[in-house]
Amino acid sequence: MPTPATPRRDWLQACLGASAWTAWGGAWTTGVGSAALGLATVPRAQAQGMVSGKLLSLRDMLDPIVAAAPVVRSGVHIETLILADNGLSVPFRVWVDSPMTAQDHVTDLWLLSQRNPVTVMAKMRMGPHLGRAEFSTRVRLAGGQQLVALARLSSGEFRYQVADLIVTEAGCVDGS
Amino acid sequence: MAQARFDMPHQVRAGEVFKLRLLVQHPMETGYLLDLNNRRIARNVINDMRCTYLGQEVFRIEPSSGLSANPYIEFFLRATQTGEIAIDWVDDRGERGQVKRMLTVV
Repeated sequence: MPTPATPRRDWLQACLGASAWTAWGGAWTTGVGSAALGLATVPRAQAQGMVSGKLLSLRDMLDPIVAAAPVVRSGVHIETLILADNGLSVPFRVWVDSPMTAQDHVTDLWLLSQRNPVTVMAKMRMGPHLGRAEFSTRVRLAGGQQLVALARLSSGEFRYQVADLIVTEAGCVDGS
Repeated sequence: MAQARFDMPHQVRAGEVFKLRLLVQHPMETGYLLDLNNRRIARNVINDMRCTYLGQEVFRIEPSSGLSANPYIEFFLRATQTGEIAIDWVDDRGERGQVKRMLTVV
């Protein structure tokens, strides 16, 4: 709880700063309000030009790519961690149900992040030569968020899947 | 210069789908971190990576700062005929890297 000497606004700002810095949820920050006050002197992620803490909606993420094309939440699969200890490197595997023939294949694949300052983590150009629409990598995450894998099929249709992650230590934070 | 580890089978059957794995040594600087003098470290990420098979581009990835430092990628290819597989990449500073391997199709 805030001490009487600290105005409520300062206390809330300190909590916000701390939550942006640690990328932990508000519940945790309110749970240890005094610890959050102690962290207020730590450089905030915002001071480094990040918009950390702002979560994009699904429409915000998909619309710039999809435009008016049909988009369905099916046929795409994500395998990743539920709880990642370190946001600097999170294994991420995505595959799409597709025969990968010349007539029916995945043409593009996007990995999108809800919280990272750069929403498009990677954009892939695929084709029937691959034989299998599967891709694995390690991503860097600025805190707990939803990740979206969006695939464009050769028919022009879009498919996507969403994965929810908790990240205990954000990957974009620099305390130096 | 960039160093990389590349793994794929040397020999596959025609029509077989095989896995390629690549690990590149690269800092993938996000552009948000500060150095010891409190100056911003310029963004430097691998922004384009292409895989060519028999001289034809088969896979391309445009990473951003969203991929981890020392990026690791894994994807698949369908073998058609014996030939060279090459992966080329370039970062924000214009530094290039490449791995090459002959694939024998039996």
